[in-house]
Amino acid sequence: MTTSMFGAPVQRREDPRLLTGGGRYLDDLGHDALAAALVRSPHAHARIRDIDVTDALDVDGLVGIWTHEDLPGRVGEPLPLLIPHPTLTHGRTQYALARDEVNHVGEPVVLVVARDRYVAEDACQRIRVDYELLSPVVGIEDARAATHLVHDDVPDNVSAHMLQEVGDVESAMAAAPHTLELDLSIERSASMPLEGRGVYARWDDEREELRIYSSTQTSTGVRAAVAAKLDLPLAKVECIAPDVGGGFGVKINHPWPEEVLVPWAARVLGRPVKWTEDRREHFVSSAHERGQLHRVRVGFDDDGRLLALDVKFWHDNGAYTPYGIIVPIITSTQLLGPYKPGTYRVEFWSLYTNTVLVTPYRGAGRPQGCFAMERTMDAIADELGLDRTEVRRRNFIQPDEMPWDHGLLFQDGRPLRYDSGDFPATLATLERLVGWDDFAAYRDQARAEGRRVGLGIGCYVEGTGVGPYEGGHIQVETSGRVNVSTGLTSQGQGHETVFAQVVASELGVRLEDVHVTTGDTRRMPYAVGTFASRAAVMSGNAIALAARQVRAKALRIAADALEVSPEDLEIVDGDVRVKGAPDTHMGLGTVSVMSNPLRYAFDEAAKAATQFAGSNDPDKPPVADDEEPGLEGKDFYSPTQATFANGMHAAVVETDPVTAEVRILRYCVVHDCGPMINPMVVEGQVHGGVAQGVGGALYERMVYDGGGQLLNASFMDFLMPYASEVPFIETDHLETPSPLNPLGIKGAGEAGCIPVSAVIASAIEDAEGFPIRSMPISPVELWELRRRHERGEWPSLRHAHGIPADPPAATAPGDPRDPRDPRDEPTPATRPEEQR
Amino acid sequence: MSGDPVVEELLDVTVTVNGVPRHARVPARRLLSDFLRHDLGLTGTHVGCEHGVCGACTVLLDGRPARSCLVFAVTAQAHAVTTVEGLGTREAMGPVQRAFAECHGLQCGFCTPGFLTTVTAYLEEHPHPTQDEAREAISGNLCRCTGYQNIVRSVLRAAELREAAEADATAGDS
Repeated sequence: MTTSMFGAPVQRREDPRLLTGGGRYLDDLGHDALAAALVRSPHAHARIRDIDVTDALDVDGLVGIWTHEDLPGRVGEPLPLLIPHPTLTHGRTQYALARDEVNHVGEPVVLVVARDRYVAEDACQRIRVDYELLSPVVGIEDARAATHLVHDDVPDNVSAHMLQEVGDVESAMAAAPHTLELDLSIERSASMPLEGRGVYARWDDEREELRIYSSTQTSTGVRAAVAAKLDLPLAKVECIAPDVGGGFGVKINHPWPEEVLVPWAARVLGRPVKWTEDRREHFVSSAHERGQLHRVRVGFDDDGRLLALDVKFWHDNGAYTPYGIIVPIITSTQLLGPYKPGTYRVEFWSLYTNTVLVTPYRGAGRPQGCFAMERTMDAIADELGLDRTEVRRRNFIQPDEMPWDHGLLFQDGRPLRYDSGDFPATLATLERLVGWDDFAAYRDQARAEGRRVGLGIGCYVEGTGVGPYEGGHIQVETSGRVNVSTGLTSQGQGHETVFAQVVASELGVRLEDVHVTTGDTRRMPYAVGTFASRAAVMSGNAIALAARQVRAKALRIAADALEVSPEDLEIVDGDVRVKGAPDTHMGLGTVSVMSNPLRYAFDEAAKAATQFAGSNDPDKPPVADDEEPGLEGKDFYSPTQATFANGMHAAVVETDPVTAEVRILRYCVVHDCGPMINPMVVEGQVHGGVAQGVGGALYERMVYDGGGQLLNASFMDFLMPYASEVPFIETDHLETPSPLNPLGIKGAGEAGCIPVSAVIASAIEDAEGFPIRSMPISPVELWELRRRHERGEWPSLRHAHGIPADPPAATAPGDPRDPRDPRDEPTPATRPEEQR
Repeated sequence: MSGDPVVEELLDVTVTVNGVPRHARVPARRLLSDFLRHDLGLTGTHVGCEHGVCGACTVLLDGRPARSCLVFAVTAQAHAVTTVEGLGTREAMGPVQRAFAECHGLQCGFCTPGFLTTVTAYLEEHPHPTQDEAREAISGNLCRCTGYQNIVRSVLRAAELREAAEADATAGDS
């Protein structure tokens, strides 16, 4: 069993704990802690004239109230700009508590600490802040017009302007036989984990040490940030990410204002303090993503091959840029997907608005880029009357052209160079899975029944496993227990299981003997974090390297004791034995005893070790100069560049002829992330990604009014899909190994959500016969597009399949010929039964 | 400053939780979810939205699913509450819990207790759901991680495990 752990769909080791109420999420900790709450700005843009806390002082149970002017030293300075970039010429970050001015609804203004959260909120309600209202900037068009400024000293609301060009786009465009121009947009959405943010801090006055627990994707980042802000030695601060209830990107920003304020208050008060974000706070004070407008110009030949691609886009970065401009940089590079663009120029402007700031949300700029590119591919196919898969096939980078260098700089500042991938094979697999060639017959059949169906496709390449590094540490106890630690965190990806699988395979031990710790700076102080689909690639490989060290040391010690050559040994189920002579063996626990010359006979392994004499040369030190006591290994993995996973999705949708409701009949995924450590976990990641993509395609958007109020800051109004909205997802996998890392793996965390908006738009367009240029799309919007199309205000596809020249008459409301219950099961031909 | 401190009246509340009478002295406005989590220390019940939409805080109130963030602790006085802690232990998980583990029906696990209680109550009334019925049964709970597919599988698997457990029990009786 030991050698087959890598690649096995083993059940997760986290689950028994999480299934019985034994999880320890942030708010499950610290029952003795005081509670923090924050007075937040009700205005999108305003100057703070005065803050009056008098009435709040009467609240029984109040412990303290602080405004910006109470914050000393670095606590009162702006929060750090984490990822500077040369083109981010006007980066701005907020203060932990607003100083003088607020720039979005929800920005923290006053900190309150009290006996419990109820009391803290009572006090918040009694604090009066006098604001002078300023003109808010809301939405990309508003920001671009720059009639008003978000920050007085940022001209035109532009935080960053970036341009990359490969080849001479203008000449190629001018020479192209065909050109098209498309405006394509995606709305704001958000990660929206079921657990919001939270931070809990304990100050130890005797040791002058701070312990922070945070629901974060990067405990090392929080630790370093808080130590710097509070002017504490790093050695006096530790940070632990406990069980984290989902992240999807929003918990990678650090420090959040609350991650500075709560530890600071705990230290000032000498008592534990905790803040748990509520849902409304999460909507208005954490982070959003996705809002972008794109203008694509494309030149191509008669065969549909790209000759010139010119993309301009405008990114809404919200009120501040603490996480830099990672999102638009990713869009600008990952937009290219599996294609050779001929020549390429991309230019973006990242714009300030008086709305919640932006950090990466699962996919991070790729859903927008994929939407822009895939809509363009469909438009080219329509222009030329070619099959949509054929146009894609003709533009693919071929397997024998790998590695493929696009000549651009990727998000990590390194070349955008694909390491491996087989795009034609991926597409062929998808065509088989969805039955691409049979769809025309199905469409005809559906049309005869008065139904509108469409088939859509979307392809993407995802840079995963970005550096700079992660580490792994492994220690074998004398009991044979294997302790593994890595510094990055887990938010539900099953790290305790998959990293244990890596160690079980590399070291030759039983899975149940391996115990994994993540996100605890006491165990691994050097780490980056869990984002960018990097955990398996980075920590997986670091742990594998550490395990190989431990294995080599174990074999060396055992070989000495057993008086054989290390090459003659193998490790099976935690037992080091002579190949072909398994009766000559010793347990790894015994090897652990022998690795440490201090051999108190505490346990059975120590007693067993006494039978092995080993060398005892009095002229040599007990621990050799090039050795360390203990059966341990530690290593770091640091790649030269990202690794590139890819995938292709297809969907069949049906649009209601009356209500314009969109129903997904089938959803097919072909995914290639290289060898899978645990296919069950990978599949689960794909499912979850697709579900978030469905939300992004059909439901989720942040609706701001002109004054900068978020009108749908609740789960009643911000619609995330339930089980009733997410289709059954059919999946297939290719495994194209990466040549870049020892395990050959690529990341899988974000893949599922990247192409979904593109795929659904493609399918709706196919069903309706007119182009879809903006997502998400609601039934009302689709209905409105139909009206515009009928009035001649919205174009038809040139080669429409969806709507016959004479549409069937059965489209009037209440028409008895529209008998379908939307809950009816599709015919077996369109959707296979879910596998049990 | 008005002078008089704003003080809350406290009420005695006793609720039978997972078969054990539990008591605390709390303000009238204390939510049942907070009562369970912070007054009784039963942190398995999670709060995802505090407005009754996500279902993460679902507990069984006299055997029926209820959103504990929409119930005041005082209104549960003298009633019976079952939380995820009452569905089984790590060593002896209940059939619904086992099914979720087998089918990878959870990722971060935050929404999971609400699904487990919801599904437990559902299978009591509908022990043999079809696939579509299973999907319908969980469609009042939000999950941001799994895409639901494996939760649907978990519901169907839980039905099988319940049936097998009942068969075993019947066999043991005879």
